[in-house]
Amino acid sequence: MEGSAAIIKCLKENNVDTVFGYPGGMILPLFDALGRDESIKFILSTHEQSAAHAADGYARASGLPGVCIATSGPGATNLVTGIATAFMDSVPMIIITGQVDSDLLGKDSFQETDIFGITMPITKYSFRLRKADELVVVLRKAFELANAGRKGPVLVDIPKNLFFCDVPYPKYNLQKRETDRPDADFLICAAEAQKKILQSHKPIIIAGGGVIFGQASDELRKFAEKYNLPVVVTLMGIGSFPADHELYMGFAGLHGRKSANCAVAEADLVIAIGSRFGDRQTGNITEYVNDKHFIHIDIDPAEIDKNVHSSIGLAGDIKIILALLMQQKAVDDLAKWWNRLNELRKEDDFEYTGAYDVPNVMHHISQTINRGDYAVVTDVGQHQMWAAQHIERFKPRTWFTSGGLGTMGFGLPAAVGIQIYYKHDRRVIHIAGDGGIKMTGSEYYTIAALNLPIISVIINNESLGMIRQLQKVFYGTRYFSSEFKYRMNYAEYVNSFGIDTYDVHSMDEFVEALSNAISENRPKAIIVNIDKEFVEPMTKMDCGINTFIKF
Amino acid sequence: MKYQIAILAENKPGVLTHVSGLISRRAFNIETINAGYTEDADVTRINIVVDANDETELNKVIHQMAKLIDVIKIVNISELASINRELVMVKVKVTSSAIRADIVNIASIFRAHIVDVGHENVVIELTGEQDKLAALIDMLNCYEILEIARTGPIALSRGIIPVKNM
Ligand SMILES: Cc1ncc(C[n+]2csc(CCOP(=O)(O)OP(=O)(O)O)c2C)c(N)n1
Ligand SMILES: [Mg+2]
Repeated sequence: MEGSAAIIKCLKENNVDTVFGYPGGMILPLFDALGRDESIKFILSTHEQSAAHAADGYARASGLPGVCIATSGPGATNLVTGIATAFMDSVPMIIITGQVDSDLLGKDSFQETDIFGITMPITKYSFRLRKADELVVVLRKAFELANAGRKGPVLVDIPKNLFFCDVPYPKYNLQKRETDRPDADFLICAAEAQKKILQSHKPIIIAGGGVIFGQASDELRKFAEKYNLPVVVTLMGIGSFPADHELYMGFAGLHGRKSANCAVAEADLVIAIGSRFGDRQTGNITEYVNDKHFIHIDIDPAEIDKNVHSSIGLAGDIKIILALLMQQKAVDDLAKWWNRLNELRKEDDFEYTGAYDVPNVMHHISQTINRGDYAVVTDVGQHQMWAAQHIERFKPRTWFTSGGLGTMGFGLPAAVGIQIYYKHDRRVIHIAGDGGIKMTGSEYYTIAALNLPIISVIINNESLGMIRQLQKVFYGTRYFSSEFKYRMNYAEYVNSFGIDTYDVHSMDEFVEALSNAISENRPKAIIVNIDKEFVEPMTKMDCGINTFIKF
Repeated sequence: MKYQIAILAENKPGVLTHVSGLISRRAFNIETINAGYTEDADVTRINIVVDANDETELNKVIHQMAKLIDVIKIVNISELASINRELVMVKVKVTSSAIRADIVNIASIFRAHIVDVGHENVVIELTGEQDKLAALIDMLNCYEILEIARTGPIALSRGIIPVKNM
């Protein structure tokens, strides 16, 4: 079988129905094969970075590896930001790059780049294919790796001549990998963890993105309910726990809810589930740890004790572990703690006045889409934090954002991948800033061309708001390179792709625009022209997560 | 604190890059690294000495390395009863027969070998633990050392159980 045909067959064998990418000389044989195949949908992006983000979005929405293909040299290097974004958020992806012919390798040939070497630190694994007869084996291995344990991107670099080689297609012995049974040591740890939970007076759960990728939302809810435990979520964990649940304390972290951060600070036991104690979550580690006990549950053993030294670490499948932890009889004497938590909640109840500012805009979006079939995708910046604070999510995989890498330009291409996966089941609301949208805004072309019914909300504060905020707080209000003095017309820009736009200057206009956008099932964009503000709360990361910067 | 780590890995191109890249990315210092074939043709043994503040720090890097796909097994040999050896070759300038006699003497005291002799130099080879090598080099420093090459230490645990079965 010809190499490129074998790749297609192998993709199908792994249930791939959509591939994202961008063509070029060294990957053309694979494009040719894709073109002749009816059953795999190919999505042409406008830039390789966007193809990677779109595949990443598709993977975040589906839980299956996103596939993206690009050519050697500039095509491959353009992927790098997209791969790193997926890596930091543990998103499964298969990246196939074309490479110069085997006999031209190592000669600085035209468009030859060592993408294998470049991506080594930002992939779970990268393969440099040398022999045609390894092609299918390697590709299968790539899928296996991307999906196993802590998920992540895997790159396969294929010299062009191998696409034409006659390659063997060995039979696939689908080995159902048995999930490791917890051993005796593990059971002892689990029993100890339950004891710790029952003994603690002020326990709290921090739920992260791992709960979503581990499909453990139901178990999380049952676990929290059983022991009556308060739950905060990280930026990546939004949606892992229903926002209207009485145990829900909200989003914690640098720009998280005050009450959520204070609750974590005051807790005597932190149960971190699928969260890695990232520095945006903990701030100063010494302040954070402060006599607390930690139970750390994560699929990746390397996360345990990496950032905080946990009293008890439980590495493995979150679903299974949570089930194990529910075997004890609950004794609920957390009334005092809950009194305190409710007090904290009351103190920072946000009052939505309906004024024309971003929190109220986000709140309106939240109220409008509510429990409906929508998914929210953000870019990176102030708007992202406001969205995280004010848009309530109730189900996993209805909130998408670049957490670990914080990649501006992620939102729009990711929205493409997510909308393509959800088809008509969920409509994507994309939220971006006026800075980030200029990075990958060319994807409006793809959206228009495919008539994807994404509603894109651009928060135009005529600034790199988040940078301006940092300059306000840490650089003596010396705003430099963070305000856009030169004005452009975003509505005309998006409109030029053939997308309906609404240029909005007040709350009333926004309400009307959103309702109009929702009423028609095609691409829409709303430009929210709005004043510059600062995102509050903002914790003083070097002091402790319950100390806040005053603006 | 220095720790001696043994890593068994698939004998594949890029393994050493993966391992050393990861260690440096995680901001650990590699003191020495060497690799070679083992009793199993598909397996490479990488011997590393890393500098870490304490065991907790060390365990972090071990956990990270355990995640590398090609890594089969990692053992912190420092915490086991083990034999540790390094090989060094030292080229010393000799300008007189008196000096040559001195050096031959020193070599024999250390049970080192003279492996090459020229008109103006000798090369001494010594295998041993690091303090022994240090002592030899210290002695030879009284003369003019032209160059030194050393392998970095390798280690085996004592007893019947090989690292791969630990
Ligand atoms: C690719 C990339 N470059 C730079 C940054 C640093 N950065 C973080 S937020 C931000 C400003 C974002 O501005 P905008 O898109 O307008 O959003 P706003 O903060 O105004 O809501 C910048 C430059 C980044 N996160 N990603
Ligand atoms: Mg902006």
